[in-house]
Amino acid sequence: MAEGVRPRVKAPKSADAGEVVVIKTLISHKMESGQRKDSDGNVIPRSIINRFTCEFNGESVVDVKMEPAISTNPYFEFEATVPEAGDFQFTWYDDDGSVYEDTKSVSVG
Amino acid sequence: MKFNAMTAVAALMLAMPGAVAADPDDDNLVINGELEMTTKAPLPAHMEEANMDQIMSGWHFRSDETQALEMDDFDNPGMIFVDAGIDQWNAVEGSEGNSCATCHEDPSSMKGVRAVYPKWDEEAGEVQTVAMQINDCRENNMGAEPYGYTSGEMANMEALIALQSRGMPVDVAIDGPAQEMWEKGKEIYYTRYGQLELSCANCHEDNYGNMIRADHLSQGQINGFPTYRLKNAKLNTAHGRFKGCIRDTRAHTFDPGSDEFVALELYVASRGNGLSVEGPSVRN
Repeated sequence: MAEGVRPRVKAPKSADAGEVVVIKTLISHKMESGQRKDSDGNVIPRSIINRFTCEFNGESVVDVKMEPAISTNPYFEFEATVPEAGDFQFTWYDDDGSVYEDTKSVSVG
Repeated sequence: MKFNAMTAVAALMLAMPGAVAADPDDDNLVINGELEMTTKAPLPAHMEEANMDQIMSGWHFRSDETQALEMDDFDNPGMIFVDAGIDQWNAVEGSEGNSCATCHEDPSSMKGVRAVYPKWDEEAGEVQTVAMQINDCRENNMGAEPYGYTSGEMANMEALIALQSRGMPVDVAIDGPAQEMWEKGKEIYYTRYGQLELSCANCHEDNYGNMIRADHLSQGQINGFPTYRLKNAKLNTAHGRFKGCIRDTRAHTFDPGSDEFVALELYVASRGNGLSVEGPSVRN
């Protein structure tokens, strides 16, 4: 597991049924591209978050494939319709096999 | 008709400075929709002779998009470094088996610190910055290696400490035993350095609101430090910024942590007496 990785999500705690809400996510990660060399000339191995997904009650909201050109601490902001009360499940997949997760519950009414 | 045409031209001319957008704006900085910040304030008494009407945070000189980043902690990239600072705060390091938390408990115990530093330390017999205090603690109370003066770890810790005082007015003391250092800092502020022969005041007092090449000159206030800069995607310390500024005059700079920069930090901080502590702020 890469150092200092911490997922963060900002989502509303409640919404009206059918309301479109803004969700902001950020994960602190160095996103080493694999194209840099250290001071001895050795390639620094690639270490990035390669996929980010958000699901609502098991239904996919976004599913993003990420590439090495994406900068440090990837930030995603997107809108989602909340049809009913439930949980947003956020998942980040690291090159090293680590999976980072966060969940935000939204109530309706 | 002629009068109307002239009025229209005059109105257009009045609108022009806004179009150039180098001038500071009149927006209000409210963080997380609740914390109202003082970003403009009357001149501190010691600045009566200064070539300006009021003091202003550098926030006013940035674009709306950059300003917005500081208005929500989730969007403020500086907060990532504050989180790293919390980890450092709780990490036991050095020969004494202590962390910051061992003595100071919660970081909230640092409330008010950022607002009054740099400050005269009676025991040490010198003016000390927050960074000097951090390293003093590390060396003497923790038995740990000091942080590099402008290192990432130092910036993280400074950001964590600054955050505790966010919204409090800057209020550094410039009289008493600190006065000598303050006078020295003032002299540096008004001394022209480098091949370009520029003093701090030439840009930040005489020309704030004007363009310097493609960038807007602010008043050079340090109430927002440490500052996350979009240009280098990391937190920047005040001394790191001083060094960059003096380097830009094509001068050989003072070292971060040197007496000269400590004096300058005290003086520049006092020019912001009355503005809210903003750290970690966001600038371009």
